[in-house]
Amino acid sequence: MKKLRKKVYIAAGFNTVSMGTGRSEFNPKKERPGLEYYFETAGKGTIAQINDPANIDEGVVGNFMAARFNKQANLPGFIPFIDEKLQWKPAISVEGACGSGGLALMSGMKSVLAEVADSVLVIGVEVQNTMKALYGADVLAGAGWYKKRKEGHAFFFPGQFSNRAGAYYEKYGKEYTREGLKRWFVNSIENARLCETAQEYENKVPDLYALYDKFKTNGETFVDHLTVLDCSKVSDGASSLIMASEEGLEKLGIDKKDAIEIVGWAQVERNITNEPPDPTELITIKKAAKEALDSAGLTIDDLATVETHDCFSMAGVLGVEALGFAEKGKGAQFVADGHTARDGKIPINTTGGLIGWGHPTGATGVHQAVTIWEQLTGKAGPAQININPDRPYGMTINMGGDDVTVIAMVYKKAE
Amino acid sequence: MNYDERLRNVTVLGAAGKMGSGILLLTAVEMADLSLKKENAGKPFCLNAMDLSHEGLAGLLRYLKVQVTKIAEKKIVWLRKMYADRADLIENEEILNQYVFDVLSIVRPVTKLEAAYESNLIFEAVSENKDLKVKILSQIDQNNPNNPWYFTNTSSVPINIIDNEAKLGGRVLGFHFYNPPAVQKLVELIVTDNVDAEANEFAKLYAKNLGKIVVPSNDFAGFIGNGHFMRDALFAIKKAQELSKEYGLAKSIYLVNKVAQDYLVRPMGIFQLIDYVGVDVVQFIMNVMNPFLKDEDLHSDLLDQMMEAGVKGGQMSSGAQKDGFLKYEKGRPVAIYNVEKGKYIEIADIQEKCDEVLGKHPNPKISWKPTIRRRDKDQVFAEFFATMKSMPDFGARLGMEYGKRSNEIGRKLVSDGVAFNEVDVNTVMLTGFFHAYGPVNDYFVY
Repeated sequence: MKKLRKKVYIAAGFNTVSMGTGRSEFNPKKERPGLEYYFETAGKGTIAQINDPANIDEGVVGNFMAARFNKQANLPGFIPFIDEKLQWKPAISVEGACGSGGLALMSGMKSVLAEVADSVLVIGVEVQNTMKALYGADVLAGAGWYKKRKEGHAFFFPGQFSNRAGAYYEKYGKEYTREGLKRWFVNSIENARLCETAQEYENKVPDLYALYDKFKTNGETFVDHLTVLDCSKVSDGASSLIMASEEGLEKLGIDKKDAIEIVGWAQVERNITNEPPDPTELITIKKAAKEALDSAGLTIDDLATVETHDCFSMAGVLGVEALGFAEKGKGAQFVADGHTARDGKIPINTTGGLIGWGHPTGATGVHQAVTIWEQLTGKAGPAQININPDRPYGMTINMGGDDVTVIAMVYKKAE
Repeated sequence: MNYDERLRNVTVLGAAGKMGSGILLLTAVEMADLSLKKENAGKPFCLNAMDLSHEGLAGLLRYLKVQVTKIAEKKIVWLRKMYADRADLIENEEILNQYVFDVLSIVRPVTKLEAAYESNLIFEAVSENKDLKVKILSQIDQNNPNNPWYFTNTSSVPINIIDNEAKLGGRVLGFHFYNPPAVQKLVELIVTDNVDAEANEFAKLYAKNLGKIVVPSNDFAGFIGNGHFMRDALFAIKKAQELSKEYGLAKSIYLVNKVAQDYLVRPMGIFQLIDYVGVDVVQFIMNVMNPFLKDEDLHSDLLDQMMEAGVKGGQMSSGAQKDGFLKYEKGRPVAIYNVEKGKYIEIADIQEKCDEVLGKHPNPKISWKPTIRRRDKDQVFAEFFATMKSMPDFGARLGMEYGKRSNEIGRKLVSDGVAFNEVDVNTVMLTGFFHAYGPVNDYFVY
């Protein structure tokens, strides 16, 4: 068990809209707000919930590929752009592909534990609708080993998870698997409809099951074993929160009842140059989830809700298995039976996850923590689920690359 | 000579024109795709883009770059496979840029006809002028030792006349694209009794590889597409002239145009379509077709007057609509030309009065765009036109009369032997003119 030397809290969460296809205000042909807007909107959203930004000690940015999507590096410089009172304070930017947001949480937590900061402004941001999907696929492929890019699919990551899906189909049956993936998709959209910042918030399709069935896999235009409905969205968005010690909360004027506490964590890396040993298993997530729960002295039976990294519906189903909710090969059944729906045994991704809410890649890890913060403090609005006092914990799983960089955290409402 | 060999050396005549540039684009992509096949490695492919205009050819290359990029983006999955052994091309963007370069490097922009002397296949897309076509094709054929095939994009000149006058010995056929060729799925294929059978087979395969829908048409001036359009347009013009005695010309044009669009549920009004094609082109095609027609006079004095007034419609090189019967602002009609008075009348000033004349619309919810993709559109149109038939209003009656005339034109194309059957007539109007229903139907029989 990894005991934290002091308590670390999360509060003042804020999400911008996840902008991209699906939002009525999104028009790919018109100019859209850039990185600056997302930094400012998210940062100010958090600052509005504290007494004075001058009391923030440090800033952390989680971002994946602004250097290519926006031709912009040196992102720490955008922390003082949010508010002039953040000028001259330390800031850092961290990157671990789609796990960048999770790494930003880690970095903030470490600063608090190291006692170099009492409070940290943590922002995850990504603006990726600057190019068409097939060029974006080149950028996102950076999350894999570049030496494998040539042999990879045009849509590199959909290709990777299509291969995983293909292996799963072969082992357990395609129709069986796709029933699970379908339910994953339907849950995602239904949850997103309850959250006004979600990219699929305005989705009005009356029969989502029928919609899913209408899309057939076609390897000539896309990947062999998945359709676009199995994929997360291309998103512009930012999420922001405060990470603080007890003293930090006090200094910022945050009431403890508005905060959650990190009770367990793990951060695990798998060698990026190796192929996953078993395509039907997410072993890094499995290790990270177990380590995080062990460090808190908890099991999955203690969890009220989980935010897991469903960059693809297949990653959602495999994640359910890696977390231990279902045995290997039974995850598709578990999901198809509705156990991960908002009224199921374990509500997962209650505001839509990466498929429904959206996936601004570098922001996702922070967005997941904000969602858990909302749920555990009763701030989730129409998306609020019932938190059973017998199992009051929340968990986030944030993944970078193909099960390479994984950050798992366990939270409870602050006391 | 097999399919690939035939396409090793091709010329497009009039390559910078509206039709020629589209034909060139599709052919360049098809040739580049062949050149990427393993068995064609190292073999040169050459596509002469022949046009007299240097300016046009410069514009053509810009057009090609943009369009080929779009095409490449859609087939990136396939392209990655084709460039799999190019270790230096890793990202989608690198592969795509290479492909665009490979397509463009097949194209040779030229201004001299001599380029075509080495070609195996020659697409002709010069102006719709029989004598010009004959002169050019005959000159090439006298100097080209390969016995090339000629695919003419003529929309109206009978192929057998070109064949005979240019002495091509059956090595010519009509391969009529619709505008714009890169988008429109329809190709009218016109062969003579004398046609080279191999060329005919090649044409069908080539059309299929381009993803086109082929409708065969007999070799009658105007073929199916213009056979319908010209008569349909003439009906509309004459109807407007007839109504002008009561309402004046501008209002009458408004009435007939609106009935074609809103009552016959077409993508645009008939006068807007004439402007789109060009008043000059319509007049020209009628003139080409007319001498071949026995029992009718395909001629409009109103078109002559428009031409004399210099109001011609057509499109600017940017694709924007030029003013013709209608005046356009941001692509929308805002005024109507009264050639008798030599000025445009604002639609806003006459609209209310005209709509009053038309009376009630059978169902304002039925319009072209939302209806064209409806699976139950046959049922929707049957009900819509049944309602129209029962209405006494002026617009409804004019709609029925117009629909009936379009129906007669369609049926006559079959009975005259221009089209092989009614299905072909409907396919041309559905795919080439984007009508929501074919002209040969039971809606207007009464």
